[in-house]
Amino acid sequence: MTIEREPDGNAMNAEALLEARGIRKSFGALKVLKGVDLTLARGEVVALIGPSGSGKSTLIRCLNMMEIPTAGTIHFHGKTIGREFRDAGDCTGIGTLRRHVGMVFQHFNLFPHKTVLENVTEGPIVVCGTPRAEAVAHALDLLSQVGLSQKRDAYPNHLSGGQKQRVAIARAMAMRPEVLLLDEVTSALDPELVGEVLAVIRRLVDDGITMAIVTHEMAFAADVADRVLFLDEGTIVAEGPPDETIRNPSNERLKAFVSRFNH
Amino acid sequence: MYKWNFDVLWQYWDLFLYGLWLTVVYTAGSIAFGVVIGLITCGARLSGWKSLSFIARLYQEIFRCTPLLVQLLWFYYAFPLLVGVSIDNRVAAMLTLSLYVGAFYAEIFRGGILSIDRGQREAAAAIGMSPMQSMTRIVMPQALKRMLPSFINQSVIQFKNTSLVSVISVADLAYMAAVVNGQTYRPLESYTVMALLYIAVLFPLTQIADLIERRLRVSD
Ligand SMILES: Nc1ncnc2c1ncn2[C@@H]1O[C@H](COP(=O)(O)OP(=O)(O)O)[C@@H](O)[C@H]1O
Ligand SMILES: [Mg+2]
Repeated sequence: MTIEREPDGNAMNAEALLEARGIRKSFGALKVLKGVDLTLARGEVVALIGPSGSGKSTLIRCLNMMEIPTAGTIHFHGKTIGREFRDAGDCTGIGTLRRHVGMVFQHFNLFPHKTVLENVTEGPIVVCGTPRAEAVAHALDLLSQVGLSQKRDAYPNHLSGGQKQRVAIARAMAMRPEVLLLDEVTSALDPELVGEVLAVIRRLVDDGITMAIVTHEMAFAADVADRVLFLDEGTIVAEGPPDETIRNPSNERLKAFVSRFNH
Repeated sequence: MYKWNFDVLWQYWDLFLYGLWLTVVYTAGSIAFGVVIGLITCGARLSGWKSLSFIARLYQEIFRCTPLLVQLLWFYYAFPLLVGVSIDNRVAAMLTLSLYVGAFYAEIFRGGILSIDRGQREAAAAIGMSPMQSMTRIVMPQALKRMLPSFINQSVIQFKNTSLVSVISVADLAYMAAVVNGQTYRPLESYTVMALLYIAVLFPLTQIADLIERRLRVSD
């Protein structure tokens, strides 16, 4: 699609940073996403909630083309994302998209053969060509922000789950992403370690980072999200600010879903 | 009681040495070619391109499911009839050894790469790495570590397998031992020296391999 432009040439919805339009995704015969639209404005925090298997991960993975949509398009800064790794013609390449849109996974996926510091500097050095000294300085700053400066030379398998996830967040932030995608980043953690990771995310929210968060932490989502999307069976069934969704759902299915978290 | 007499073998030390040299050359050469063939075959298997993958698989199965001795005989005696040009026994030996070990290496490489969790590739992709960067910086270093023990093991077997090239008259260690035996009529001494020479090379190598393997396990 083409962004409508005002006479002075600025995009009308200049703040629409990352958009998904009419996303459908099937795995073989299984239709997982059945036409989903999602817009992330700059500085906005969107929470994706929904039952297990509803397609939350698939949707968030489409946003950085980790899954290639069966139909529909992704737009970044108004430009369509192509199917190629590199930019081609009018299309932004998948590689370019991922340099600017970070992702943190449920199972951390740290590089086990690299130290904590190397995990964080790998992207800037290898992908962005940042000079090592600069990358290291930035990485150390990020590690101190997530409270792991003292673990800089440790290998990931010597860390707790909560520490691993904080390193993973630092690794994503090292790329200075414009958007951060978080897919159930606390779901694999022991309950007592969830808090430390949520605290780190909360700080990123305060810093104004644009985010899409898939989570089952309803209280946290209600707290940090500007907008909540309820996904069920591959479609967005309800959407709105936390007060109209998580706290006071009117949609029946959302009401049933949210009530399961209030005990 | 048999009376050992190694003294008569002394005058043939240069034959043994030359044979050992050729054995090392054929082993090292076929390992080098085999690694290249193995990488290409592994790449083809993992390419996701059906026909290419099928051809690679076919090659692997042919070479893994026929004895090396049969392959040597076929390449030296049968293949020339097929193509109408005779091929040098040394070329046939190197070719066969390389194709043979390449088929096994490909499987070792493939297993190593596939053993790396998919999340590793996703994490690499998520920070913007190209598939090539992800392969060389993230997947391969981890896969290499995992495949090293089997790789060394296969290479040790290759060193021993090289003895089969003597049947197509390549003058390796086994061939030379037979020559010395023919000269001296001392089979016990000739073949014992041959065996000891194989051990002399391989024993230190297997010890080093064990050491490396233990080291790797510690660092996991
Ligand atoms: N790579 C895949 N291949 C086949 N099926 C998949 C794949 N990824 C997800 N699915 C299926 O898609 C559905 C939605 O999965 P997912 O997006 O992970 O849901 P959620 O994150 O909401 O739990 C599930 O039924 C899942 O089994
Ligand atoms: Mg999920």
